[in-house]
Amino acid sequence: MSADSIIAVSLLLPLIGAFGIALAGKSPNLREGVTLLTAAALLACVFQLLEPVLNGARPALVLLEPLPGLPIAFQVEPLGMLFALVASGLWIVNSIYSIGYMRDNGEENQTRFYLSFALAIAATLAIAFSANLLTLFLFYEVLTLITYPLVTHAGTSEARGGGRTYLAILMGTSIIFLLPAVIYVWHVAGTTDFRPGGILPDNLDTGTIVILLALFMFGIGKAALMPFHRWLPAAMVAPTPVSALLHAVAVVKAGVFSVVKVMMFIFGFDQLAGSTDWLAAIAGFTIVAASLVALSAVNLKRRLAYSTISQLSYIILAAAILAPLSMIGAALHIAAHALGKITLFFAAGAIYTASHKTEISELDGIGRRMPWTMAAFGIGALSMIGLPPAAGFVSKWYLVSGAMDQAHWFALAVVLLSTLLNAGYFMPIVYRAYLRPLTAEAEAHPHGEAPLPILLALGLTAAGTVALFFYPDVPLALARQMVNMP
Amino acid sequence: MSLSAHLPVLQVVLPLVSAPIAVLFRHGGFAAGIVTGGAWAAFATAIGLWLHVAEFGTISYHMGNWAPPWGIEYRVDRLTSFVLLLVSGTAAVVLPWSRASIDREIPEELHYLYYAMFGLCLAGLLGITVTGDAFNIFVFLEISSLATYVLIAMGRNRRALAAAYRYLIMGSIGATFIVIGIGFLYLMTGTLNLADMAVRLRAVENSRPVLVALAFLTVGISLKLALFPLHQWLPNAYTYAPSAVTAFLAATATKVSVYVLIRFYYSVFGESLVFEQLPLPQFMLALSLLAMFAASFIAIFQDNLKRLFAYSSVGQIGYITLGLSFGSLTGLTGSIVHLLNHGVAKAAIFLLIGGLVLGMTKPGTVTAEPSFDRLAGLSKRMPYTSFGIVIAGLSLIGVPGTAGFISKWHLILAALEQDQFWLVAAIVVSSLLAVAYVWRFVEVAYFTPPPEDSTSVQEAPLSLLVPAWLLVTATIWFGFDTTFSVGSASDAAQQLLKAAQ
Repeated sequence: MSADSIIAVSLLLPLIGAFGIALAGKSPNLREGVTLLTAAALLACVFQLLEPVLNGARPALVLLEPLPGLPIAFQVEPLGMLFALVASGLWIVNSIYSIGYMRDNGEENQTRFYLSFALAIAATLAIAFSANLLTLFLFYEVLTLITYPLVTHAGTSEARGGGRTYLAILMGTSIIFLLPAVIYVWHVAGTTDFRPGGILPDNLDTGTIVILLALFMFGIGKAALMPFHRWLPAAMVAPTPVSALLHAVAVVKAGVFSVVKVMMFIFGFDQLAGSTDWLAAIAGFTIVAASLVALSAVNLKRRLAYSTISQLSYIILAAAILAPLSMIGAALHIAAHALGKITLFFAAGAIYTASHKTEISELDGIGRRMPWTMAAFGIGALSMIGLPPAAGFVSKWYLVSGAMDQAHWFALAVVLLSTLLNAGYFMPIVYRAYLRPLTAEAEAHPHGEAPLPILLALGLTAAGTVALFFYPDVPLALARQMVNMP
Repeated sequence: MSLSAHLPVLQVVLPLVSAPIAVLFRHGGFAAGIVTGGAWAAFATAIGLWLHVAEFGTISYHMGNWAPPWGIEYRVDRLTSFVLLLVSGTAAVVLPWSRASIDREIPEELHYLYYAMFGLCLAGLLGITVTGDAFNIFVFLEISSLATYVLIAMGRNRRALAAAYRYLIMGSIGATFIVIGIGFLYLMTGTLNLADMAVRLRAVENSRPVLVALAFLTVGISLKLALFPLHQWLPNAYTYAPSAVTAFLAATATKVSVYVLIRFYYSVFGESLVFEQLPLPQFMLALSLLAMFAASFIAIFQDNLKRLFAYSSVGQIGYITLGLSFGSLTGLTGSIVHLLNHGVAKAAIFLLIGGLVLGMTKPGTVTAEPSFDRLAGLSKRMPYTSFGIVIAGLSLIGVPGTAGFISKWHLILAALEQDQFWLVAAIVVSSLLAVAYVWRFVEVAYFTPPPEDSTSVQEAPLSLLVPAWLLVTATIWFGFDTTFSVGSASDAAQQLLKAAQ
């Protein structure tokens, strides 16, 4: 099979899987079998693309051309490859986890759940492989719409309210800011293709560049730059597997991925030089402010959500520094944060499944009853803070190196402060879980570890978080290729 | 002359004769057959005309071999053939669909009349489009309007009568304005042939009677196309008319009126008079913006689904007239392509609502109203209907991958070309209002538990679902393959602009 046709297959596979899931809706075991099989086949498929891409090939596929010069087209470049690997790899783990979670909590409408999930993965891969802005925008919107039923899954008025915020902010920002930006690029450049070095004409003045960049940065609401971050905590009403894969990996990473793509392949570093200070400032503000909110959050998932907002802005900050090393850090952080944060969400879901606890204050002594879960949680927390031996250390290392190269003291200060804040809101949880005694109320309600599929999934991602610290070769090679640093 | 040379006149004659034949036999089933046959023949004719015009250019057909400007001329150019396809195509889809629907919504003894009126209405709309004669436009306008009043009044709900009456009054005022405008033009030029009129108008361009004619025509046609705030007749007419009628009218009646407006502006008065010497574009821009915001905003708060989408139509017409107000190729292309894109999406929505009403109405009772409190949990019982409405609704919002996105792309591009950044903002912000009203349906249909006594509601029959889903598929199709839609629209726009200079 040629690399070009593998793109088509990897986009089709989740769709076929979704179809199979719908057909097998009556028999849960068969249905979950279809999900796992599709996910495994998809990962195998995406892996096929890795070697050609590492060797410098850029497989491409033009689907169709709705308007002259504006095709729906795909092209695999290193960053998209990395994103696709992360998303499809974690889909398998997440599916294992979902089986344990959804069954143990007796959730309804499970067929709709798995179906939407498969479609969301298809949209995510299409974003990762998109060859131009139009394609990216198309699947960006598709991803919003497909994940909406997952957010409102419970059907309660709280879930509907969360879904409303989710849709209003993501759709609103993308229609009001992103769409005009895309059309403006087409208007001045005559193309929307992603090309190394950017496609915008040289005669744009700085004011236009700044405004256009702002339209993109705020238009890509999935990157959760403040003040358009509220959808992410609102999305936490979804079942935990959704929060884990979609709102820690697929959807939010699609956001920061788009940010990096636009900055590198639409604007180009030369064009952006001197126009990104404000962006670094807002990203820095988002990092610190979200950390402060996380510090005061009493609900575990809410704390994780704000931690995600803060970590996403690391990537935006890294891109805004405009140094090759910090770009490598941005790319690595897409993978590193994905692994770490999915572990943390898995742990939160495991705690909920085993003990129905959602508040941090209830977690006293829970490490004794759920040692595996809390160990995984600890590793995820280390990665968030950026300490060895977790993957977060590697990406932060590159980010800091890039900032030093550019003598970007503001970025360094933000990273330092944020590291302290991260430690400030994650360590107390670990402390509570292991060192505090069980409360009297918890004593009265005994429970054990979470079901096996859940433990298996969070064990895998925790191991991955550590493995990425020791063996960052593949993501690093992809990231270096992205910035042409062999 | 071979039969194919007579296609322009057959376009009108075929549906026109089907109507009296239907009345002659007074039999519902027979009438259905003959009028549907007429509509399909008209659709085939329209396809033939479109192909012919695309290849050989404009057709000028001389009625009874009397050369224009003395005889009546039928004139088919790119825009004409495009609108003919839209109108006859919608009729060809809606008519077979309406069999099952009118069973519940119209008394059996009136079925033959329904088909006869439908045939007349179709013939009138096609006649307006195809003719190149100003007075002929008025005649066909009256034929289609009178038939429409009857069709609307056929709704089982007694409020349909009031709605039809209101439309009768407003429509007659509009028609009167139009005929006065045409009268002034005749006075100044001594001709009724549009092409001839355009030539002769050059000499008297800035005289007061010509300006008065322009004013009367603009207001009269704006009434018929429901330009905000002259839209008052539309919401009730759409809400209480039988579902099939609403679906047909929503996709065709206002669109043909837009066509007439474009025809008079570009082919008769000319670009310089309308767009350069008068503040008409600014005026139209203001009204379009009002429609986009006010009508869409009102739509959000409607409790009846049909009325909600009726107000949405008024808002969407605002996008069409907005495109006109730019006076540029991109704007005009966006306008023309939105005739099709909105027509298809709205027809699909009203057909699906028709199926929904059918599912909710028990035989022999008054037609049920699709109000929101009865739609809770609808997706469980009518999954195909609900999902179809959502897809077509996404097109109204302009989500990429749907036909509506293509229209919006052109409108925004047209605004950018003129550096009107605030207009870009207005277009995108008004889209959010569409999100709001479409999502009201989504929340109720998908995420609200159904009421206890809802078991009797069932999915619409296939005879309703297949034509409706044909249109739903078309809204997606025109979002990805625009060779027909944008291709025809931009050809038509180029032709118009070239002729208008």
